[in-house]
Amino acid sequence: MSLKVAYWPGCVSRGFTPELHGSMAQVAPLLDIELVELDRASCCGAGVLAEHNQELADTLNARTFALAQQVEGAEMMMNICSTCQGAQSECQQRLDANAEYREAVNTTLEPEGLHYEKGITNKHFLWLMVEEIGLDEIAKKVTKPLNGLRVGPFYGCYIVRPTDRVGIDDEHPRDTYLDQLIEALGGTVVDYAGAHKCCGFPIITMNKEVSLKQAARHLGDAIDADADCLVTPCPLCHLNLDLQQPLAERYGGRDLGLPVLHLPQMVGLALGLDPKQLGLNKHVVKPTSVIDWSTSVVAGVE
Amino acid sequence: MPAYTLRIRRYSPESGEAAYWEEFGIELGPHRSVLDGILQAKDREDGSIGIRCSCRAAICGSCGVRINGRPGLACHMHLEEAEATSRDGKITVEPMGNMPVLKDLITDMEAVHWKKIRRVTPWLLPDGPPPEREYIVPKEAMVDVTQSMACIQCGACVSDCLSMEVDPEFIGPAALAKAYRFVGDPRDAQRFERLDDLSQDPHGIYDCTHCFNCIEACPKGVAPMSQIMRLRRIAGADFDISDRNNGHRHEQAFVTLVRQGGLLNEAELLPRSYGGDSWLGKFHPKAGAELLSSLPVIMKAVMRRKVTPGGALIAHKITGHKNLRRIFDTIEGRDERYELNLYIVQPDDAAPEKAGHAGGDAQGTAASTPPERSPNA
Repeated sequence: MSLKVAYWPGCVSRGFTPELHGSMAQVAPLLDIELVELDRASCCGAGVLAEHNQELADTLNARTFALAQQVEGAEMMMNICSTCQGAQSECQQRLDANAEYREAVNTTLEPEGLHYEKGITNKHFLWLMVEEIGLDEIAKKVTKPLNGLRVGPFYGCYIVRPTDRVGIDDEHPRDTYLDQLIEALGGTVVDYAGAHKCCGFPIITMNKEVSLKQAARHLGDAIDADADCLVTPCPLCHLNLDLQQPLAERYGGRDLGLPVLHLPQMVGLALGLDPKQLGLNKHVVKPTSVIDWSTSVVAGVE
Repeated sequence: MPAYTLRIRRYSPESGEAAYWEEFGIELGPHRSVLDGILQAKDREDGSIGIRCSCRAAICGSCGVRINGRPGLACHMHLEEAEATSRDGKITVEPMGNMPVLKDLITDMEAVHWKKIRRVTPWLLPDGPPPEREYIVPKEAMVDVTQSMACIQCGACVSDCLSMEVDPEFIGPAALAKAYRFVGDPRDAQRFERLDDLSQDPHGIYDCTHCFNCIEACPKGVAPMSQIMRLRRIAGADFDISDRNNGHRHEQAFVTLVRQGGLLNEAELLPRSYGGDSWLGKFHPKAGAELLSSLPVIMKAVMRRKVTPGGALIAHKITGHKNLRRIFDTIEGRDERYELNLYIVQPDDAAPEKAGHAGGDAQGTAASTPPERSPNA
């Protein structure tokens, strides 16, 4: 039976990382996920709208939640962007905490015929794979295991902190899901310092040097730990780690050249999809260490 | 058979030897603290173990360390809990990060932490002669700063600040939370000067990457990052400070683009952050200079068809984006911003009685578990 979700792709997955939105659409049917795209929903604010005006960010995300709650038969809402997930979780925490506040926000939504009911289930694709589909099920669907591929998980910030807000506890060790998934797909997890650190992207326009030094540091640490590539559940991290990598090399003072995969791309490769279908040709750092382009087979597979 | 094993990082700079790990068996019950464990090892096995401590009750802030890689107070974590979060059953204790180590677990708080605290002028700067008796302010006006007042100066947030890791000059979470304590204080007469200073400094409020590490680290629920966001909000919205770091311009451009089309359009957002929040922003010399320096990246992105010129230049808009303008106008038209501070207002289901609004018993609520606080604290 397929899992129907109200799907919010976010802005960046349709802007500077179109390969993320594209690869999600390719992977969903293979995992029996039915995506109902929320085409009327708006930007989550990425923390910047909340920094400007908290009520504004809360209202826009309550609007998104209300739209998701209108999708008939959808079991939950799903994100493919960690920043969306984190920013929405922050707003949901306030909205769900206080009835009076929620009512005030709903009053603003009323003219559009929308109303947010407390307690929406909203999960990132990563959480959904582990908690709703199950890693055993996913492992059964693998046709091209990532044998021999050394993958560094890059979680970023928004889906691992603050732990209580993003729902990390003993039963839901969400800060380890990427590691577990890499193993379920047949890959090898690379242990390096940057897995749960910040890519630096939020200050790219404010302090480019500090921003890209962070990216360069984590890429360098992963290279030193013999990683073939990184995988990230966040397109904003991808911007700093992949798109900006040539500049990060300059600020970091060393050669890098480490491919960075989006989460659905890694899953898609293991499920046998063609690298080009997954948009891997669109990356700034060519994922040659990950893919043998002549045969479209993941490196290391005999 | 000892109940627990501590793996302590030992280091004496003057010895000339590299740092090393040393293990100690501890015979204590599960509900004794990691600090009790360290003190037992010091007492029974090696009196030279360096640890700073005093109150043993999470009040003085002396015993900040990293336990299993995470910052916190050694006196504030049970041995049992520490063992459960360890990688291999041995509790790892090391000095805090981002600060020089003086000996073993003792870091030089003066070199980093206190210097930065002094940087933000951590005292009240009222106007005119002091009143004959005390300053009288409405109770509600002070509630908001209670969260930053809860800081015990332990340095846990400084230890794990990811911006400071690459930029040692970053003023950092503890000092900026302290800055908010005075910016949020109605008695202070130099709020603009404080904010202008912290906005214009390239290592000030706009150097924070929003990584939540300080919120996670703080054993007292201060949520320094949330205080930094408050500083930005007041600097931008109330004082209209246009900083040279593009911080406020970036925020304005972001808000405008979402208002207009519902999505952020990176190809517009980036030049506007440098050149100013209008369609003309991209023709500003500063935007041009930025474009030029990013040319290698842009060329690659276009070559790989990651970004197409058409896709970048034509603004994408969501269906029914006009509804958003109404929402923006309604909320931005309010006389006062409506903010729900969960440090002060308890969630409905956690409050013993129906929670009131800001201005309630701040003393009482601040002592309970705030939502932004780390569960391992």
